[in-house]
Amino acid sequence: MAMLFARSRNLVSSLRQNLGLSAILIKRNHSSPRPVFTNYQLSSRVFLDPSTSFRHESTAVETQPDLVQQSDHEDDAQELDFPGGKVGYTSEMKFIPESSSRRIPCYRVLNEHGKIISDRDFIPVSEKLAVRMYEQMATLQVMDHIFYEAQRQGRISFYLTSVGEEAINIASAAALSPEDVVLPQYREPGVLLWRGFTLEEFANQCFGNKADYGKGRQMPIHYGSNQHNYFTVSSPIATQLPQAAGVGYALKMEKKNACAVTFIGDGGTSEGDFHAGLNFAAVMEAPVVFICRNNGWAISTHISEQFRSDGIVVKGQAYGIRSIRVDGNDALAVYNAVRSAREMAVKEQRPILIEAMTYRVGHHSTSDDSTKYREADEIQYWKMSRNPVNRFKKWVEDNGWWSEEDESKLRSSTRKQLLQAIQAAEKWEKQPLTELFNDVYDVKTKNLEEQEVGLKALVEKQPQDYPTGFHI
Amino acid sequence: MAARIHGGAATALSTFNPKKLVAPSRTNLPAARSSKRCIVAGGGSDASKKSLSVRHSQKLIANAAVATKAETSATTGTGHELLLFEALQEGLEEEMDRDPHVCVMGEDVGHYGGSYKVTKGLADKFGDLRVLDTPICENAFTGMGIGAAMTGLRPVIEGMNMGFLLLAFNQISNNCGMLHYTSGGQFTIPVVIRGPGGVGRQLGAEHSQRLESYFQSIPGIQMVACSTPYNAKGLMKAAIRSENPVILFEHVLLYNLKEKIPDEEYICNLEEAEMVRPGEHITILTYSRMRYHVMQAAKTLVNKGYDPEVIDIRSLKPFDLYTIGNSVKKTHRVLIVEECMRTGGIGASLTAAINENFHDYLDAPVMCLSSQDVPTPYAGTLEEWTVVQPAQIVTAVEQLCQ
Repeated sequence: MAMLFARSRNLVSSLRQNLGLSAILIKRNHSSPRPVFTNYQLSSRVFLDPSTSFRHESTAVETQPDLVQQSDHEDDAQELDFPGGKVGYTSEMKFIPESSSRRIPCYRVLNEHGKIISDRDFIPVSEKLAVRMYEQMATLQVMDHIFYEAQRQGRISFYLTSVGEEAINIASAAALSPEDVVLPQYREPGVLLWRGFTLEEFANQCFGNKADYGKGRQMPIHYGSNQHNYFTVSSPIATQLPQAAGVGYALKMEKKNACAVTFIGDGGTSEGDFHAGLNFAAVMEAPVVFICRNNGWAISTHISEQFRSDGIVVKGQAYGIRSIRVDGNDALAVYNAVRSAREMAVKEQRPILIEAMTYRVGHHSTSDDSTKYREADEIQYWKMSRNPVNRFKKWVEDNGWWSEEDESKLRSSTRKQLLQAIQAAEKWEKQPLTELFNDVYDVKTKNLEEQEVGLKALVEKQPQDYPTGFHI
Repeated sequence: MAARIHGGAATALSTFNPKKLVAPSRTNLPAARSSKRCIVAGGGSDASKKSLSVRHSQKLIANAAVATKAETSATTGTGHELLLFEALQEGLEEEMDRDPHVCVMGEDVGHYGGSYKVTKGLADKFGDLRVLDTPICENAFTGMGIGAAMTGLRPVIEGMNMGFLLLAFNQISNNCGMLHYTSGGQFTIPVVIRGPGGVGRQLGAEHSQRLESYFQSIPGIQMVACSTPYNAKGLMKAAIRSENPVILFEHVLLYNLKEKIPDEEYICNLEEAEMVRPGEHITILTYSRMRYHVMQAAKTLVNKGYDPEVIDIRSLKPFDLYTIGNSVKKTHRVLIVEECMRTGGIGASLTAAINENFHDYLDAPVMCLSSQDVPTPYAGTLEEWTVVQPAQIVTAVEQLCQ
């Protein structure tokens, strides 16, 4: 036992020297308890590998405005020892205010007119990438429009648009690598679109036909593709957040050069799973990027009724997670932030929280009419004046990379392709009855086999009671 | 690769399918319920024949283990004695050695070794990342396990007490059970969720829950309950190797049972029931701790001239209706003894299944002895009355066999 401690102490001190552990604390203006690993943990095999478990100084960290005002009378030399580390003390009784005097500013690169504000913190984007990003944002718009109309015509039962959030969808996807595992909420089909999911594949899932990868088992917009590293959308809110911590953990264990990326809305941050997912990712030091799309509305619940904090970005620090607030309607800002976040997550093996401010222009879904709880003027304003697609388009056009001709060509060809995809998907036959019982387990259990046989017999006996096109 | 079958099963060879995993099924006659020893008795070849023939209709286990000669008698000398929690640990350790994707997560499972010491020593051996101490949030670490499983790991998620897994119900029901199906088979979730449950000694209502009744409806999961060190190790290994999510129910009061188990590697079949004591007069179906109450009652019954057939159903979802059915066809009388509440428990489902499938073979209505529909009280006497006792079992058998 003594041997073990002596060995680990040496290891710790040598690690300290080599990596300057003591010097790498992120600069903060107020003291905070340091959750240090025990000597025991540091000497365990996995932790000896620097790439898995040690924090390095990052290059692009902005010191955040203080929540606590420094007191002149505070005596830093005197500290109290508590579990969790040393804490300074003060005889001045002061409560941390419930909110900071100044809201956390959001990072943006392009102004409303599509002009770059400052060259400083901005990763340049090539013409090829910018054009592709714009094309995909426009495609997403057309796709949302056409599928929404299809639902209104009764051709699909349900749809959910991402109108107003195209920049978040596409720019975040563009900033990731294909090996990064994406766990969506449900308003991020753009990520899948970027990764190569075709319009036909989207249509097939919405129609739940035989070509659907989900085999007709989920509602429309619940896309999923293991090939594209995009986990199947699951309806309950925020369940993907602890799962993302698990994915990050798995990637960390296997030492992959990839991170988990997961999305959540403003409403979803009220769920217990938000707290759990962030806390776990922080404690596990898992490479996870949490992207919160703060679009102002959770169905009919405005954010003022959802939480009382300054949005979601301030919650990151509560978990010990580095966070940033970004203008979600600025494609370049989102691209920059996600790209940096991903680097940090993978290199430093830590979670990052990004709050992307935006507005949900569309209704929550086709089952919702948002004019019932918000002004039509408000919606119109965000749709026209604060449109993320138009804003990015201006920048791309100003660079001479896009023209009106390209625009009309893209929109008309995408529209045509979509209409064809819908027509084809509609005609494609549905799943056979066997798919009702497959994939519940890897191999059907006896009771399922019996139930299948029973149902088959019933259908064969009275085919007139079952819809046309229903086949075994 | 053909797995060898244990001896005394010449007829069994004809039903043996080399691709199937051989789980030597054994007859266990515990010497006494109250003592903590569990001695393996002789290898009733009739019983083993019966159990082997079950296998041709059962599911394949993904990775066939090499199951060599099984114990036909405790006196062969091979094998080692250990307690049930050690058997679980052994199974877990062997699987972690075998497959680097297997990992453990839960509260206090790391250097503390787990509240019931099932993960003792594993963190030392495999590191703090692979045997992960999590913050207190059952929904979170269950969700984490699911996410990790979808990414290729094989997590073993420990709930400190099964009752706490109620907090993880959302993840277990909506994601664990469903995602393989709703993703069209694209993602598998090979997790094992395990923990102690059942009525302990004055642990109070919240810590004496029988979650198997709440979980049994969830489509997509499998449930097994271990009751002896032998099947604990076997089921643990099988559950880890299964591609489906498996919930392994352990019992708080059974962790210190001692038994001699084989040195060779073996796995138990997840969907198979265990023949504890073959008999002719009545079929008694039970699982987990109630097995021992039943066996104690069986001693009394034998003295009174009855010959009960005791089956430990082990597989709670799906039920092994093959073994159960064969027994019912033989004895024509069924008594179910369980720890679940009367309403909506495993016994209730089993009663329905037996009535539906074997109605013509029954000479008497299926009787089910279960706990009352009350929260488990703290006071020792009250608690004792809420759990089915051997005397009740004896009375019930006498009543059914009139």
